[in-house]
Amino acid sequence: MITLDQIARELDLTLVTDSHDLSEVVPTGGYVSDMLSCVMSGAPRQGIWVTLQAHVNIVAVAALLELAAIIVTENALLDPAAISRANEKGVTIFSTPKTSFEVAGLLWQLGLRSG
Amino acid sequence: MDDHQLSRRPITDQEAQYITRTEELAYELKVEEVMTRDVKCLAPDMKMHQALELFRTERISGAPVVVDGVLCGVVSLEDLIRCLTNNDLDAQVKDYMTANPITISHTDPVVEALKLFVTTRHGRLPVVDAQRRLLGILTKGDITLGLLQALQKDYQIEEVRRYRASHLFEDIVSDRTSLILRYNIKPRDFVHGGAASSNLKRALLRLGANPQIARRCGIAVYEAEMNLIIHTTNGGVIRAEIEPHQISIEATDDGPGIKDVELAMRPGYSTASDEVRELGFGAGMGLVNIQRCVDSMKLESTWGKGTRLRMKLFMKPENTVGEGHSSS
Repeated sequence: MITLDQIARELDLTLVTDSHDLSEVVPTGGYVSDMLSCVMSGAPRQGIWVTLQAHVNIVAVAALLELAAIIVTENALLDPAAISRANEKGVTIFSTPKTSFEVAGLLWQLGLRSG
Repeated sequence: MDDHQLSRRPITDQEAQYITRTEELAYELKVEEVMTRDVKCLAPDMKMHQALELFRTERISGAPVVVDGVLCGVVSLEDLIRCLTNNDLDAQVKDYMTANPITISHTDPVVEALKLFVTTRHGRLPVVDAQRRLLGILTKGDITLGLLQALQKDYQIEEVRRYRASHLFEDIVSDRTSLILRYNIKPRDFVHGGAASSNLKRALLRLGANPQIARRCGIAVYEAEMNLIIHTTNGGVIRAEIEPHQISIEATDDGPGIKDVELAMRPGYSTASDEVRELGFGAGMGLVNIQRCVDSMKLESTWGKGTRLRMKLFMKPENTVGEGHSSS
């Protein structure tokens, strides 16, 4: 079992939302897609979602699915509205220069599976 | 702290689960909300044997020294022991007190006091205002008690809300009781996309719905909501009728309508514009997702007139909504 703060350290992720205790969050799996409907259908509860999308609607999806975190890849420029909405809804968002492919590979290496 | 103050920091269902709420409270609670106000004080010209008597009768291990309400020192147990060792109980308080003690302001957050307790290793802190007038005294015990009370209050408010809602249908007698929730969806309102579905999901959880049912319902309504935002001319309405044993949802709009309903139902088929696709919509999975999440689904549409999507979810007898089953 790996916690969200361990993942953040191992992958050198930048937390863009308000910080809270991530050592209590244990992600159940992961999912990669930039299509919101596919995420709706495929992402596990308390999973990590890896995406290039960086606009406000990713927050609604993550909140509805009760995802552990969103990792926005390739330093995609995050909509400030997305960050403030995420803080409102208690959604955790990380940013990274890595590609979705790299992030997924690293998460898999850390033992995370599809969920 | 009154209920009005508490209502300014609403807690979400998710937050309520986390112990880290105490950390938030340490920042939110002010020293004056948790301190002890009725403080036994000494005066500089009192005798040390009077201090000893005060400590004994009040069962305290320290007391502030004040002149006209203004703090000038504290006498701790250590000061008293020093005096006893010197066999000097007739000395004045001002000769043995610790002058200019470390203090905390009444408006400081509790977290500042916690830091001071750690760095100074003091057991108590005099609480003063800007003019160094003594307002109270703060111990670690006061903080613990204050945090526990605040947590308890937070918890009770959410519990009461949830309990009331989860028994809604039990308390209202009719041959058929239902609760109808309506959400007006504006076209192209991407900023509020997902608001209706998350509000509906939250309502269901409050009503005591099984979390799995609430999740399925949330996903189905999210897709319907986004369809109204992306495709309709004038937006539409989502109407959810909640009954103990079933949830019936209708999403209706007045155009433009779907040309080929059968084709629209096919996975991957989408008429979304490139602009919308760039936002990650238009995967052609919306209706497929809905079908997967609900127990029955009916899509009717007339090109040029509008679309009506009807969905139903059925609850098992042990999972009915609003009849006092726990959702957690």
